[in-house]
Amino acid sequence: MIDETLIKNTVIKLLKDSSTKLPKDVKDALKRAYRLEEGPAKAQLEAILKNVEMAEETSTPMCQDTGNHIFFVKIGDIGDSGIEKRIREIITDAVREATVSVPLRPNAVHPLSRKNSGDNTGDFMPYIVLAPIDSDFIEITAMPKGAGAENMSKLAMLNPSEGIEGVKRFALDTVLAAGSNPCPPTVIGVGIGGSADISVKLAKTALLRPIDQRHSDKDIAKLETELLEAFNSLGIGAMGLGGKTTVLGVNVELGYCHTASLPVAINVQCWAARRATAKIYKSGKVEYLTHKG
Amino acid sequence: MEKILSLPLDEKIVRGLKLGDVVYLRGVFFTARDDAHMRALSFAKEGKELPFNTGGSAVYHCGPIMKREGERWQVVAAGPTTSKRMNSLTKEFIERFGVRAIIGKGGMAGEAIDAMKRFGCVYLAFTGGAAVLAAKGIKEVKGVEWYDLGMPEALWILEAEKFGPLTVAIDSQGNSLYAEVVREVEKNIPKAKKILNI
Repeated sequence: MIDETLIKNTVIKLLKDSSTKLPKDVKDALKRAYRLEEGPAKAQLEAILKNVEMAEETSTPMCQDTGNHIFFVKIGDIGDSGIEKRIREIITDAVREATVSVPLRPNAVHPLSRKNSGDNTGDFMPYIVLAPIDSDFIEITAMPKGAGAENMSKLAMLNPSEGIEGVKRFALDTVLAAGSNPCPPTVIGVGIGGSADISVKLAKTALLRPIDQRHSDKDIAKLETELLEAFNSLGIGAMGLGGKTTVLGVNVELGYCHTASLPVAINVQCWAARRATAKIYKSGKVEYLTHKG
Repeated sequence: MEKILSLPLDEKIVRGLKLGDVVYLRGVFFTARDDAHMRALSFAKEGKELPFNTGGSAVYHCGPIMKREGERWQVVAAGPTTSKRMNSLTKEFIERFGVRAIIGKGGMAGEAIDAMKRFGCVYLAFTGGAAVLAAKGIKEVKGVEWYDLGMPEALWILEAEKFGPLTVAIDSQGNSLYAEVVREVEKNIPKAKKILNI
């Protein structure tokens, strides 16, 4: 049976890794953008890349907004039938400890009194998405997300007659409305279909896919490429100061919806597209997928 | 043109800054986000003194990560937050507290810019998310007020040797780099729509 401490320590490492080191696909995209740009946009990207290097070298959070904490957990058979009941508690403890040890900024507040809990926990925080999986491991993804970009996210309940054109128009309007605010260059997650809540979830889970990986359906892959090209033709640029790179990547996910509905959700992610994943096997072996070494 | 500006700033220096100038700040300035703005303004309404002399200073839209070491606070990460959230609070903030510079990201609009123009205040953009770079420019945490608001929302008093690079993104004449970009973006919308076939 896997020791609970092993799970907790793995989650603490995921929180540290995700907040201090960008996944390779994101870093590569930022470097490509830097090479492409000139003038003020290049200066912004230079500062971003310098900051990313410094954060990595000193194991310091790359952004002071270390986000609110969302975890995607796939639970396989690790020889512990009670793990599903205890995983929330283990992850919550890990968030509390990481808040002090990394350190992470305490961001979780009561929505109305605005009282800060001081340790990044509270009702539904951390938010944990659990899914069963047929395997001999549990896979945990930490996805800390800052508010600057999250605040620019949107949902639309389109009429089915608006079709794919309506989806594109809404995505374009959302990127335009976000403008300089979400710390561009951003990554855009698009969730199409499902219901109001499902499309929003799809938009966020779209951001878990590396940005250099296109959707397996070739029509959706084409939509991703088209949206990316269109957003980058706008000239919003890094930090909204103009330039060729407004968006680093566009990922789309879709799900079946009601015949009378066409929900679309856009989740805007800042350049600090942080995520970290590890697998913990029944044997006690831990494999880090996004942050090796 | 690169220059180091010493705080507190006077109106003449601020009025002399041009859009696109790259500057660094030296001296004492303070952080304030949504909650600290609201508390400061309610203090002013009640006739209470602020715990810090804001005249000629710079307000930094920032909620830092701080670490306590013994009696002192150390800056861990301190990049700018989205300034837009403070748009509706800024006119009164500038008028009441006499700040000459706002440091943030994403820019500001509307009555905030009108107040900057009238009073003589500039908006200095720091690269969003570049929090380790920002922390490096801060020499010392001079103090913290209103810590009951939580670490991000508290008012942190900071001292810098050379804080930046900061770009003058809105000048005291009301010119804005963001507005210039938005005008260009407007022209590009038909091109984007063509790519999308809409």
